[in-house]
Amino acid sequence: MRVVFILVLLLTAGVTRAELTIEITQGVDNPTAIAVVPFGWQGGALAEDLAAIISQDLRRSGQFSPLANKDMLAFPHQQADVYYRDWRILGTEFLLLGNLEFVDERYQLTFELYDVLLQKKVLRQTVDGDEAQLRDLAHFASDKVYELITGIRGAFSTQMLYIEALGGNKLYRLMLADADGAREKMLLESKQPLMSPSWSPDGTSVAYVSFETGRPAIFRQEIATAERQQLTNFRGLNGAPVWSPDGTQLALVLSKDGNPEIYTLDLASGVFKRVTKHFAIDTEPSWTIDGKGIVFTSDRGGKPQIYQVTLASGRVERLTFEGDYNARARISPDGKSLVMVHRYNGVFHIAAQDMASGDIRVLTETHLDESPSIAPNGAMLMYATKYQGKGILAAVSLDAGVKFRLPSKSGDVREPSWSPYY
Amino acid sequence: MLSKAFKQGLGLALAMTVLAGCSTTDHNAEADAAAAERAAASAQAAAAAERAALNAQTEAAAQLDSVFYFEFDSSVINADSRATLLAHAEQLKSSGASVRLEGHADERGTREYNMALGERRANAVRDFLTLQGVSRSMMESISYGEEYPAVVGGGESSYAQNRRVELK
Repeated sequence: MRVVFILVLLLTAGVTRAELTIEITQGVDNPTAIAVVPFGWQGGALAEDLAAIISQDLRRSGQFSPLANKDMLAFPHQQADVYYRDWRILGTEFLLLGNLEFVDERYQLTFELYDVLLQKKVLRQTVDGDEAQLRDLAHFASDKVYELITGIRGAFSTQMLYIEALGGNKLYRLMLADADGAREKMLLESKQPLMSPSWSPDGTSVAYVSFETGRPAIFRQEIATAERQQLTNFRGLNGAPVWSPDGTQLALVLSKDGNPEIYTLDLASGVFKRVTKHFAIDTEPSWTIDGKGIVFTSDRGGKPQIYQVTLASGRVERLTFEGDYNARARISPDGKSLVMVHRYNGVFHIAAQDMASGDIRVLTETHLDESPSIAPNGAMLMYATKYQGKGILAAVSLDAGVKFRLPSKSGDVREPSWSPYY
Repeated sequence: MLSKAFKQGLGLALAMTVLAGCSTTDHNAEADAAAAERAAASAQAAAAAERAALNAQTEAAAQLDSVFYFEFDSSVINADSRATLLAHAEQLKSSGASVRLEGHADERGTREYNMALGERRANAVRDFLTLQGVSRSMMESISYGEEYPAVVGGGESSYAQNRRVELK
């Protein structure tokens, strides 16, 4: 058992031009009406419109319908200037005011949320950052507003990883972006395929598969420094790395024994441990929330289905029974749902299975859907699909009520991985 | 080495393809019509291909088809492929050359499962060649899953060309 450590320092990742833009395809039936009033600011032109970013965040969640600026009767910046009756007439339930100031070389945002019906302030908070963090200030406010009104922690400040292929699979890029698709950054570029990016639970590192050696190999890369290590170099498959919830291990797939088996790799000691022993394909591992088990895809029953193995006992249990193709499962943060690729009427969709009842619900209507990745708050999942012949990312809420897509402007995008909270 | 030889005798290659009756590159209407005929001729083709491989010089033998196709979620080598692979086995044994078996899948289904499927297909070809006496140490299976489609686009005609193993 040997871990090959190759240390490569890459050039600092550059910012690319093509950013993702959001198109909302479906929202909930009765979204909360909110008005995010353009924020007060005494300085010159800013690179970012914070109120607009918050409006877009809230709209994208599907839970809110933000009022357009042109429909507002006034642009108050403080409580004294708020005429509740005007907002009530517009049907606004909540009002968000904000003031941005430049204090001690930093941008300071103070925002206040008002309940229009109760005519009272329900939230006031201040957050600060440098110029590069203007979008973070907005996402922070979005998170707080979303949590106060829905009771669910916001995930607007999170990020995602994905793979972009350009020029008909001639160039592969490992990309990092905000959850809204903004601030895209290239972490790695290769002429050979890059696959299966996965976040470390502390958000500092990514594990992925790269073919740069002429064979698939698993790498770990620190996001901030771009420092890399090659973790596997076995004959056959080296694939599907996923971090354990405590960050100490990777579950991965190796076929060095003749066929694909699930392994764990202890990152500190470099020790591999074989988890599955079956002549069928065992692949696409994902940890249970408590880290004591791994769900995986296996065709040991003849067709790909989802199984769960308990690490301590090695006991394997089949989880899916509906349909003849269920693969690449992920468990929701509350442990209640299993989301996966599910073939229904010959078409590949994303489906959610209730862990307790076993009931399956198809969440998507697009086709060739794959790689579901759940937001850390469990409200939505991101997945890869085809739109107008191109690989794009799309999102759907776990109750299927909210849908949006993020069309890319240049290459084929795929394999989204939604970051944890960190 | 294979590709160099390939260029040298393209005409011969065409002739042999017809002789062996197992071209896997034509996907037009004629191919469909010829499918039944092909199946019937496969035993004959096997013999012909084997004879050809045995008699041919290294260059001539290198013009065999080197791409083999599979059904969805399957790694079963079809009869046509067997005939050509028999010839490949003879050629590899006499030349002692090493070969890379690149397995591929179509874009349907999940990426890592397709990686496994591509490997299973490559290994099916490896095992077939091993049974014919080709040294296992001279062969390496590499799966590219669905990363390198031969034909871009949806539809079964594209998918069928993407579910393949390439000998390189």
